[in-house]
Amino acid sequence: MAKVFIYPTTSLILSDLVARFGHTPLSAALQVRERIQTPGLESPPLQMTPEEPKRGLRWAAVEVPSGVRGRMSLYGPMIEQAEAGIIIHDADFSFGCMGCARTNELIQFLLRQTKVPILDLRYPRTEEEGTEFVAAIKKFLQELGGGGA
Amino acid sequence: MTEYRPQYVGTVTKYVFVESPGMTPADLAIRAYEISQGVMIKETCFGLQITGKEDDVNAIIVSLRELDPSHIFVKDRGFPPGDPRRCRANLGGARPGYFGHEFEISLSRFISKGLERLPTREAGSIPNPPIPAGTAKLDAQKLQKIIESEET
Repeated sequence: MAKVFIYPTTSLILSDLVARFGHTPLSAALQVRERIQTPGLESPPLQMTPEEPKRGLRWAAVEVPSGVRGRMSLYGPMIEQAEAGIIIHDADFSFGCMGCARTNELIQFLLRQTKVPILDLRYPRTEEEGTEFVAAIKKFLQELGGGGA
Repeated sequence: MTEYRPQYVGTVTKYVFVESPGMTPADLAIRAYEISQGVMIKETCFGLQITGKEDDVNAIIVSLRELDPSHIFVKDRGFPPGDPRRCRANLGGARPGYFGHEFEISLSRFISKGLERLPTREAGSIPNPPIPAGTAKLDAQKLQKIIESEET
């Protein structure tokens, strides 16, 4: 069972398909849950504290805006754990904690730097594209090995 | 600053979306309540949120998926249901993150069709998925022509 970084990290479709075919999706919810369930000081809404931009220094330089570094403290650990990645490129809804274009560029750059296998896709717009989309993800995940697909 | 004491520590919350011609969220909820055994289940307009110990939640999801495998979609959620930082009852308007789900659910019919057709595909056939068109970088030769046309 491989850990697969999904982009957008909030994607329902990718999260479902990766888990359905027997692997572990690395999604933003896992990192948010960790913060929500850790006692400390109240810092709503996502329990992101002033410590997070400092942790983000591991993945982004000090002159990079704190918003990017804070977000990287969420996504950076997942990129380091990732054994593969699936990226959807035309995700216009990348907002909320994914809503920073520079962070999104940095995520994709760092993921490619890790040299793990990556599948690049866009969202399907027809039933035929949907069929090929699902088949491509299944084949990609099967080739990783260890899954139940 | 106020001290923060988290609730539902050690639990997981998962969304179960259903977008099916043969099943409504209410049908799914009834089935989930039948097998819940102490796990917290919240019915929503799109499906369910299930909160509990990871093994219990996963077991329920396996059972629910069997009802309509190609039309039920599952993902993790960071917050427990009804959390005042996220619940729209406290915030007004749609819950943050809902628009993303709304967008992807509108495409789920294509995914469902793909899942249904998957067993009928020829073994070893190479998928031809939709791929991004590539970056819209300006070709160097085209730039050269633009410069020359401006100079003349």
